Amino acid sequence: MARAESTQDRGAVRLAAGPEIISGPAAAGAPPKQRSARRKRIELTILLGPPLILFIGFVFVPMIFAIWYSLYNWNGYGPLSDFIGLQNYQGVVTGSVFHQALLHNIIIAVLSVVIQLPISIGLALLLNRRMRGQAAMRLAVFTPYVLSQATSAVMWSMLLSHGGPVDSLLKSAGLAALIHFWLASTSLVLYTLFFVVTWQFIGFGIVLLLAGLQGIPPELREAAAIDGASSWQITRRIMLPLLGPTIRIWIFLAVIGSLQLFDIVWIMTLGGPANASQTMLTYLYFNGAERTQFGYGATVSVVLFIISFVFALAYQRYALRRDTAGAVTRAVG
Amino acid sequence: MRRSPKPVIVAMAVAAAAATIAACSSSSGTSAGSGSSASSSAGGRVTLSWWNNATADPLKGIWVSAITAFHTAHPSVTIQNVPHQNEFFKTNMPIALKSNNPPDIYQQWGGGAEATQVQSGKLADLTQYVSGWIGTLGKAAAGWQVSGKQYGVPYDQHVVGFWYRKDLFAKAGITTPPTTIPQLESVNAKLRAHGITPIGLGGQAQWPDAFWWEYFAVRECSTSVIQQGMSSSSLSAPCYSKATKDLTAFLATNPFESGFNAVAAQSSPTSSAGMLANGKVAMELQGDWEPGEAKGDTTDKNIDSKLGWFAFPAVPGGQGDPSSVLGGGDGWSCTTGAAEPACAQFLQYIDSTEVQKQLVTQASIGLPANPAAESAITSPAVKAAAQAHDTAAYVAVYFDQALPTDPGLALDAAIANFFAGKGSNSAIINSVSSSSGH
Repeated sequence: MARAESTQDRGAVRLAAGPEIISGPAAAGAPPKQRSARRKRIELTILLGPPLILFIGFVFVPMIFAIWYSLYNWNGYGPLSDFIGLQNYQGVVTGSVFHQALLHNIIIAVLSVVIQLPISIGLALLLNRRMRGQAAMRLAVFTPYVLSQATSAVMWSMLLSHGGPVDSLLKSAGLAALIHFWLASTSLVLYTLFFVVTWQFIGFGIVLLLAGLQGIPPELREAAAIDGASSWQITRRIMLPLLGPTIRIWIFLAVIGSLQLFDIVWIMTLGGPANASQTMLTYLYFNGAERTQFGYGATVSVVLFIISFVFALAYQRYALRRDTAGAVTRAVG
Repeated sequence: MRRSPKPVIVAMAVAAAAATIAACSSSSGTSAGSGSSASSSAGGRVTLSWWNNATADPLKGIWVSAITAFHTAHPSVTIQNVPHQNEFFKTNMPIALKSNNPPDIYQQWGGGAEATQVQSGKLADLTQYVSGWIGTLGKAAAGWQVSGKQYGVPYDQHVVGFWYRKDLFAKAGITTPPTTIPQLESVNAKLRAHGITPIGLGGQAQWPDAFWWEYFAVRECSTSVIQQGMSSSSLSAPCYSKATKDLTAFLATNPFESGFNAVAAQSSPTSSAGMLANGKVAMELQGDWEPGEAKGDTTDKNIDSKLGWFAFPAVPGGQGDPSSVLGGGDGWSCTTGAAEPACAQFLQYIDSTEVQKQLVTQASIGLPANPAAESAITSPAVKAAAQAHDTAAYVAVYFDQALPTDPGLALDAAIANFFAGKGSNSAIINSVSSSSGH
C-alpha cells in the first residue's frame, strides 16, 4: 500500500537485518546475541536519551505541575495554600462558557474534515497532473501556510472589517446582499474564522496529500488505463484507496489542530463577541492568564489535555492501526 | 498609554521577550549582575533592572536619556533598561514576582491589580522613601497605595472623555458640545441626519465598552458608593443597576458604528481610534492617549487641530458629581531588596518637572503625574482634558483596574456581552462578586 507503508517495510527490514550484519565480526568475543543486545542498548540510550530528557523536562514535569496547580485556588502571586480539591474541575465541567468553547472546537474539527478534506484532495489531485505552471500553482496554494498565523489574522481582520475590502469587492460585484457582519455577528463569527483557518492551513493538507500521491507508482495507473479504466475509476478505485494512510494522518493532525486553535482566534476576535468564537485555548488564556486565576487555568489545560489525549489514543487504536501495525510490531518485536 | 492591544505586536511579544532575555543574558557579564533582573550592590555600587513597556521611540528614547542623566548625577547607581511589550506584563509578572530575581523596577498600573501583586510579598513599601516629595503629585499618588502604603508611584495620569471632530460637528451645525445625556442624544441625531456616524466604539477589546457602563455608574452613584463598591468588590448598590438602565436606553438610540463588537480600539485605520482619525465617526469616548493613537492611524497631518474634548455628560437625577471623571495612569513599583532607596530616588527623578515636561512635549503622554509639568501641554483638547482631571470632584479609577484583576476582567467581559446583546444587568452586577463568569 502506497509509499508510507513501503517505506515502513524497508525500515523494518533494515532494523531486522542490522544486528545480523553486526554480529558477524563480533562473533570472536562475547556470545553474539549478548553483544548485540548491549550494543542495541547503547544505541537506544544515545538516540533516545536527549529527546527523553527534553520530553520529561518540558512536557511531563509541566504536566505534573499543571495537575498540582489545578487543585488550588491560586492567582499566581501568593503561596499555593488554598487547596480546593476538585472544585476547579467542577467549575470547568459545569461552566456554560466552557461548554460553548468546547462546542466551537468540535464544530471547527468537524468542518475541517467535512469541508477542508475534500477540497484538499481535489486540489491535490489537480496539482498532481502534469501541466504548465504546476510549480507556480503549488507555490501559490502553499504560501498561506508559510505566513505566520499572526500576520494572516491581522490581514484578514482588516479585509473583513465592516465596509472593508471584502465588503467593497462584494458590492462592486453586485453581491451587496451577501455582505454581513463577518466578525461582529455572534452567529457568523465562528464560520468566518473557520474560513480564515482553512485559507491558512489548506496548503499544508495539499502538500501532504501530494506527497502521498507521488508515492503511488505510476505503473498502477498505466496498467488500469490499459485495462480500459476511466479517469474517474482510476481516481476512485486506485488513487483514493492508496491515499488512505495519508488521509488518516491528515485527519488526525486537523482534529488535534482544531482542538488547539488559538492564535488566529485570539488576534481576530479575542474569543468574542460575547464568547461566540471562544475556543478552549482562548478560554484558558482569558480565565487563566488574563484574569490571573492560574489554578483554574491549569484545570482547563488538564481537561484539554485529557480530551486531546483520549482522542489521540482512540484514533491511533482504531483508525491508524492498519497504517502503523507493520512498522511498530516488527521494530519492537 | 493604558493598554495596547496591537494584534501583531501582541503576538510578537513572545518573540520579543525571548529576544530580550537572550540580550540580557549575553550582557550580564558586565558589572556584578548575574542576569537581567538581579540588583547587585558591590562596594556601594548598585545596578537596577528596569522593566518598562517603552519598546519604541519617543518614550524609549526619553527613558534611555533619563537613565544616563540619573547615572551622571548618581554615579553609584546604574539602571539597566529592559523594555517589554505591554501585554507581557499582564501574563509574566506573576512568574517574575515568584522568581528569586524579579526586576528591581517595573511597570505598575496601580489599583486592585497592584493589591493583588502585593500578595507576592515582593513589592517594596516605598512610603518612607517618597514621603518627602510624593505630595507634589497631588491626588494622583493615591491610586498606587495599598492599605495606605505607597507600593507604587505614577509617572502619568489618564482621564477618559469624549474626543470629537470639530469639523464634523460644524458640518452638522453643532456649535457647543453636549453637557447632558439628552443633549448628547440630540447631537447624535443631528450627526445621523447629516450622514455621519456619531460615536466610534472599539468593542472587540471589551474595556472600551466598559468605559460606558462605568461612566454611567460614576454619574449615577455618589463618590462614597463607588469607593465602597471598588474596595468591597460589590456592585449591589441600586445606582449600579440604574447605570445599566441608562446604558440600555442609550444603546437603543443606535449611537455607534455598525459592527462595533468586532472593531479594535487602537492601532489600525479600521480601529475606532482610526475611524475618528479618518473622519468616519464624529467622536469617541477614550482616554487622553487618543490624540497620540489617532496620529498613528491616519495620514492627516492636521488631525491634532481637528480634535476637541468634552467631559462625559451629566445624567439627570444622578447622585454622582458631574465633574467626576474616570481615569487612571501608569507608574512603577520597586521590588524588595537592598536597592529600595536608590529605586525610590530614580522614581523621584522620573517625576521631576524636567523629565515630566519631556514626557509631555516629546512623548505626548497626555497628563503628567507632576502637575508642575502641565504647562508644557500645547494641544487645546488635551489641555481641556487635563483641566477636567485637575478640577474633578473625584477621579474614579477604571473599574477593571480599581478592582482586583479577576473580578475586574469579569466585569469587562460581562459589560461587553451586554453590548453584544447577550448579557443582562444581573450578569454585570454579579460578575464581580463571585469568580463565576467562567
